[in-house]
Amino acid sequence: MTLDLRRFYLLEVFSGLALTAAHFFRNMGRHVAFAVGASRTGGAVTIQYPEERRPYSPRLRSLHRLVRREDGSPRCVACMMCETVCPAHCIYIIADEHPNPEIEKVPRRFDIDLGKCVFCGYCVEACPEDAIRMDTGILEFSSYSRGGMIYSKEMLLSLEAAGADGRPRSPIPVPADRKA
Amino acid sequence: MSVVADLGIAFGRVAFVMLFVLNLGGLLTWVERKQSAIMQDRIGANRAAITIPLLGPITLLGLFHPLADAIKMLAKEDFRPARADRFLFGFAPFVSVFFALVAFASIPFGDTLRVAGREIPLQAVTLNVGILYLFAMLSLGVYGVMMAGWSSANNFALLGGQRAAALMISAEIAIGASIMGVIMIYGSLNMQDIVRGQGRSFLGGWLPAWGIVTQPLAFVLFLTAGIAATKRIPFDTPEGESEIIGYFVEYSGMKFGMFAMADFLETVVIAGMTTSLFLGGWQVPYLGPEGFHLPWGWAWSLPHLVIVLLQVGAFVVKVCGMIFFMMLIRWTLPRFRYDQAMRLGWLGLFPLSIANIVLTGFLLLLWDAR
Repeated sequence: MTLDLRRFYLLEVFSGLALTAAHFFRNMGRHVAFAVGASRTGGAVTIQYPEERRPYSPRLRSLHRLVRREDGSPRCVACMMCETVCPAHCIYIIADEHPNPEIEKVPRRFDIDLGKCVFCGYCVEACPEDAIRMDTGILEFSSYSRGGMIYSKEMLLSLEAAGADGRPRSPIPVPADRKA
Repeated sequence: MSVVADLGIAFGRVAFVMLFVLNLGGLLTWVERKQSAIMQDRIGANRAAITIPLLGPITLLGLFHPLADAIKMLAKEDFRPARADRFLFGFAPFVSVFFALVAFASIPFGDTLRVAGREIPLQAVTLNVGILYLFAMLSLGVYGVMMAGWSSANNFALLGGQRAAALMISAEIAIGASIMGVIMIYGSLNMQDIVRGQGRSFLGGWLPAWGIVTQPLAFVLFLTAGIAATKRIPFDTPEGESEIIGYFVEYSGMKFGMFAMADFLETVVIAGMTTSLFLGGWQVPYLGPEGFHLPWGWAWSLPHLVIVLLQVGAFVVKVCGMIFFMMLIRWTLPRFRYDQAMRLGWLGLFPLSIANIVLTGFLLLLWDAR
């Protein structure tokens, strides 16, 4: 029988302590260097989330928005393509006549139930008018009730595309049931 | 007049120890969060803020978190199970905290201070059997835990209390037996005498005769058993914050906070004990009652007050260093399974500490026969 030093617990304890202590002192040195301005990054690898956001990929599918025409009216023509293709059945459209006879229809209501949405992006692909996009960069939608997860046409129209760095440019919409 | 002065001095000695232990215990919640964060490449508690008009919110490295925690604990519902034992349920957290607090009383934080013709021992209580008192208070602390487990009218809490009791017994035996070696070397049960004895030099004056030098095995055994006595990771089988149900399942609010606090206070006490018994207590290397005396003959005499301040400072630094080390262990090692902890206590620490006593006695005989 050979003597395995690892069976003697104490040595392994000390090697473990050396590892964690090395981490502590290295990170502590970095924190101190950051505090006195000698370094631009601190000792932590974490992102301080509400203040800092990690850059999102431009392909990221985030909160939907409805694109406007130049006159500010929705580009959507209420063709129901997105409502039909949606696997989660979370889009609800009521069509209306458009005052301009060149344009067939306009949505009177355009609701997305984000509580049901699976963020597959099929609605964006199905849209013949490029009227719905998922490029706001907003991921924070929460509500105290199911009703609060239903985003109306007005809310979706008010959103802007995210900036080049993937950060949202429009404020995160506050659902009706949550008073800020 | 002199009675008032005596009372004031006695009060000051107790207040120093009390405030030292209490504040350190409270701060440890912050230290634990911050130290673990830095070890794990995180930042840690940094959100609790106090908003000052014109200056905006200040967070002060998250130092307000213990304060916020205390307010939260006090504001929470104080729940008591319907079938719980009314008296013991409320009494248990008190017992836990009380014995952790009073244990520090016999640990000396400095040598005798001579001011205006008075000799003030820098120790809350001067006891001839200080080490036994300390040991007794440490053991009594587990009664709070057992009471909590028993009085909660919850079988899981009862099992947790029993695990705590079993762990405590197997740890206390090793603590007592490993201390024996130190008592044999320094020949006293008085904590102050033990610390004074560690001021002697060793190996031709180069090495101070601290307990860690004269009793290295006892140091490792004592520290292991001492960490087990604090009921923290790697010996947290009684509670197991994250997954096992422990003795304080039924506790909420400040009563729960007191149990959590007791663990930190015990950490301070064990750190104080380790410092006093093994790290030379308030001794500063090469600092005698007149000043520094280095082994190659260089000397630097200092006034009495400066020496006392240096000694108290050394004690505080050593205790804080010990706490850092215990936190390091707590955030490094995984938890021992219940049977592993028992096996370590009864088949590892206990026989080794007995062997240490025998070895120490043998070496002392050889030393004297020389």
